[in-house]
Amino acid sequence: MAGEFGNPEVVEEEVDILLIGGGMACCGAAFEIMRWAEGTDLKIRLVDKAAMDRSGAVAQGLSAINTYIGSEQDPADYARMVSNDLMGITRDDLAYDLGRHVDESVHLFEEWGLPIWKLDENGERHNGAEGLTPLKDGGKPVRSGKWQIMINGESYKWIVAEAAKKALGIDNIQERVFIVKLVNDKNDKNRIAGAVGFSTREHKVFVYKFKACLLAAGGCVNLFRPRSVGEGQGRAWYPVWNAGSTYSMAAEAGAELTLMENRFVPTRFKDGYGPVGAWFLLFKAKATNAFEEVYMERNKEMLDDYPPYGQAAVPASCLRNHLMLKEMKEGRGPIYMDTVTALANLRETLSPREVKHLEAEAWEDFLDMCVGQCGIWVGENIEPEKKNSELMPTEPYLLGSHSGCCGIWVSGPTDVGAPTDEEYDGVPEHLPKGWNWGYRGMTTVQGLFTAGDGVGASGHKFSSGSHAEGRMCAKSMVKYCLDNPDLKPELDTPVEDLVAEIYKPVKNYLEHKDYTTAIDVNPNYITPRMLQFRLQKIMDEYVAGVATYYTTNAKMLAVAGEKLDMLKEDAEKMRAKDLHELLRAWENYHRILTAEAHMKHIEFRQESRYPGFYYRADYNLVDEENWKCFVNSIYDKETKKWTCFKRKHVDLVDKSKLFK
Amino acid sequence: MPTFVRTDKCDGCKGQDKTACMYICPHDLMKLDKDGSETGHAMKAFNQEPDQCWECYSCVKICPQQAIEARHYADIVPLGGSVQPLRGTDSIMWTIKFRNGTMKRFKFPIRTTPEGSIDPYAGKPAADMSKIDQPGFFCQENGYREGDRSELINL
Repeated sequence: MAGEFGNPEVVEEEVDILLIGGGMACCGAAFEIMRWAEGTDLKIRLVDKAAMDRSGAVAQGLSAINTYIGSEQDPADYARMVSNDLMGITRDDLAYDLGRHVDESVHLFEEWGLPIWKLDENGERHNGAEGLTPLKDGGKPVRSGKWQIMINGESYKWIVAEAAKKALGIDNIQERVFIVKLVNDKNDKNRIAGAVGFSTREHKVFVYKFKACLLAAGGCVNLFRPRSVGEGQGRAWYPVWNAGSTYSMAAEAGAELTLMENRFVPTRFKDGYGPVGAWFLLFKAKATNAFEEVYMERNKEMLDDYPPYGQAAVPASCLRNHLMLKEMKEGRGPIYMDTVTALANLRETLSPREVKHLEAEAWEDFLDMCVGQCGIWVGENIEPEKKNSELMPTEPYLLGSHSGCCGIWVSGPTDVGAPTDEEYDGVPEHLPKGWNWGYRGMTTVQGLFTAGDGVGASGHKFSSGSHAEGRMCAKSMVKYCLDNPDLKPELDTPVEDLVAEIYKPVKNYLEHKDYTTAIDVNPNYITPRMLQFRLQKIMDEYVAGVATYYTTNAKMLAVAGEKLDMLKEDAEKMRAKDLHELLRAWENYHRILTAEAHMKHIEFRQESRYPGFYYRADYNLVDEENWKCFVNSIYDKETKKWTCFKRKHVDLVDKSKLFK
Repeated sequence: MPTFVRTDKCDGCKGQDKTACMYICPHDLMKLDKDGSETGHAMKAFNQEPDQCWECYSCVKICPQQAIEARHYADIVPLGGSVQPLRGTDSIMWTIKFRNGTMKRFKFPIRTTPEGSIDPYAGKPAADMSKIDQPGFFCQENGYREGDRSELINL
């Protein structure tokens, strides 16, 4: 009987547009799309593997909005900053476009009820609930950096989700459904036709057919062995539920990926991974080695090895790690954030009212977005005004919205001077030549759009930018559907095959569970948990994880390749003893493909573009002559092989202004 | 710090088909043990995969019985501290206890509008379909930054 474990009920639905994910990008899309779709009869649906109130990277809350341009800065300044932080190789068209749109979303957040800190006419700071003038009407935000503004953001996602849910209508939202696979069109393999997934609450498989979809399911976490391997492995810096679903599903559908070699290794408060931005930028704290030497000053000549990226007022993030790693490798750790000196200095310059708030501000920074860091402070009796805290570079993360730029190659705006042709040979024939091909935010697969962490070669969008990017996709998807009224999506795979594939881990379990007495030890299947450990061990030891101080070479990558091949084969033997484990099985399948893309790209790029994030010991230099280019790839789901190739990088804004 | 559920406080959300913590957990960790076969405590929720807990506190904040707390990651953190919130409709209060007994309390605003009051399109214009191809959104909130076009060097 359908509707039992191992024999799911199959629910087939046809819509015009499916939003996959419930984070900032899809919330933005939900808000924007219903207005453009008014009167069009377009059927729109959103699926989220969690609950929208607390899903995605902003689930816990945030203490700052990291991208707010303000009326005083130009989108070109923003594009320049993004480019330099990511070592010169980004798509200026995407960053510039985001820069001109993003504040629109921030102003909406404030209207909806997000408290945004303000400066009064005397330059004193106030929390966001004191009724000062809204940003929209000229209110002054509290800048913790050139692009960041402080918020009381515990309920940030709750608020943004409320607007999205109201806009879309609760009947058009399906929570706790995990989409695990996209399906191409039977008549055009370069077009998307559907998606399949399963409920984590009921024994149901969902098969959607659609004309267009927005795939925005976050970045990738825990593909490397984390520094904490006990309970603490849950304390990933980026949300532990981001499993690379965006990249892997897009790759399997044939979408072109870009800069998958890029990763982010944030330097954060050790073990809790609490944010450092406010400490550096707002509280003006310095990071030191164990002997109170500021490594950014001690090692500053190392920045000259990487012109021009090390010479901007704010050197690229990876280079700041590079200078810190020297201290660790040469035995001058631990590294500390000097909170004691910073707070003492502030007490001298602030008004009495502000001093009173200072302690609360410091704690709120963690409590809004990383309670776990407070857990470490209270357990270790750390009060920041009395005791400094350790810093540590984390395990690597893959993402496209924070300080990283891996992701999917998408169509950009047409009015900013982007290339319309490709100068390099070797780009597969069926792929577009220039940087725009009709629909903003569309991938190289017709009808498949992405936003937020999904969009590669940009970065520094953060929460607000992801929301704005989702909104841009909403418009394009409506236009795509209106331009293609007669499009009739047809799945290239029979539904029963898709259902069987999705439920394979359940079948593996039910078929073999009675062969042994110990449920987790069985030669016929592997638990998703052990498979994940295997992946993490391979990535950590061979693909420049923390075990080797982020160092690899061609030989190590070749070994990783062999091991990943076998891991991919064994992924077909994953078991799922319940729906929760089926969720983990598919998350880990997505992690493997994402990890493989990462490895293949690092192997292809014969230089070390991001020193401090990873090093190729055999090509330990930034090679501007040969490698100042995009490395892109496509995946063939039939042969299960990757093809990497170069695309030419072009500046659309003048970068030399950064260095004057 | 995986979250844990106190047996003396959890009421399984009074036998509804899903508990508040199950509803909200972004990582599908919270589970209701209906018959007690998994925990020995029937009709109470538990964290089924503590080493995947992000400590996002979503379950702690939403629990109507305040039955959920966190015990900080045992492989990292010395015992004895606690960080416990009480989330209201417009603010959140935190009670922080250090291992050495030091206590701190903080209260922060969380939103400036009543929960559930957002009317997303109130006072907003309809979309102008003639502009669907152009930059900008259906509504203008004084946040679009046109930029100095001379910065675009390829135009």
